[in-house]
Amino acid sequence: MIVRILGEGQLLIDDSAADELNELDSALEAAVERNDEVGFAPALDALLTRVRAIGSPVAADVIEPSALILPQRDATMAEVRKLLSDEGLIPG
Amino acid sequence: MVALMGVMKRVSLIFKSKANRALDRMEDPRETLDYSYQTQLELLQKVRRGVADVATSRKRVELQINQLQQSSDKLDRQARDALSAGREDLARDALTRKAGVQTQMSDLNTQYTSLQGEEEKLTGASQRLQAKVDAFRTKKETIKATYTAAEAQTRINEAFTGISEEMGDVGMAIQRAEDKTEQMKARAGAIDELMASGALDDVVSGPRDDIQAELDRMGAGHDVDAELARMKTELEQGSAPRQLESTPEPAQGAADLPSAQVAQPADQPSAGDGQ
Repeated sequence: MIVRILGEGQLLIDDSAADELNELDSALEAAVERNDEVGFAPALDALLTRVRAIGSPVAADVIEPSALILPQRDATMAEVRKLLSDEGLIPG
Repeated sequence: MVALMGVMKRVSLIFKSKANRALDRMEDPRETLDYSYQTQLELLQKVRRGVADVATSRKRVELQINQLQQSSDKLDRQARDALSAGREDLARDALTRKAGVQTQMSDLNTQYTSLQGEEEKLTGASQRLQAKVDAFRTKKETIKATYTAAEAQTRINEAFTGISEEMGDVGMAIQRAEDKTEQMKARAGAIDELMASGALDDVVSGPRDDIQAELDRMGAGHDVDAELARMKTELEQGSAPRQLESTPEPAQGAADLPSAQVAQPADQPSAGDGQ
């Protein structure tokens, strides 16, 4: 499956990694839901670090939507909230 | 339900729904391709301008860092001059200002690194988008030539959704860079004002350079004061040994001279002989 890290591009990841990534993602989501500023940054970092470690870059000329999209590495919790609320963080 | 889906999936769905809404607004799928291509070209222009803007801001910060470094160096020299002239009060003043300048510099260095990071990110985004736009152009001509409007729909949807995601990503990166650049401009403007007000830079180069002015004013009297101080020191040092040793050796006397005097050998013979 194709995973995008915002600001970094797309990575190809084996489907078998889904469970592991979902677990890391749940921790991130829980931090956002709890409004847990302290837990947020490490949770995002852990998810991004793992995705970068197991993913291989998708060729630049491939035009395909991603199955999963991750916030950029320096994203704040407020930015992630906006991203999730579809409030126009995505232009266009 | 949505809350349990995970951040990654939710964000991807939001991107897709945006693309779908845009697709729904298009009547002819082939026109969608051309229209999308136009907006891609516009975005490419925008991201390139963004890279240039960030670079301009970065250079401005670099310039300010250099100016502040010069201020810091000069204040340091002034502090030394003041101290060797026996003006500890002036030296303290200069060092206090130097500390202020250094605080500004360290702040600017942080901003500089941040802008450098934004520039790199935007440059990467620009390159990725360029590659995708080129691929899209080829793809759209292939789709238009090969398929009927109805057949083309699925392929168009996929290409459109894919490129929309890229464009959304790039658009956000541009926005973030713009925000940082704006903050930067405000700070840079504030520092320019500080320099213009004489609080930082003019201490060194402008008419309000009171430390230098004081040092200059002391210029004429400087040698006299230094000479007086040296004489006092000599008298104090000279009187004690002379009481103990009946025949003071000239060589020993010279070795006892403070280092400040050694730096001015021309003055030594007359000063030493005279006393």
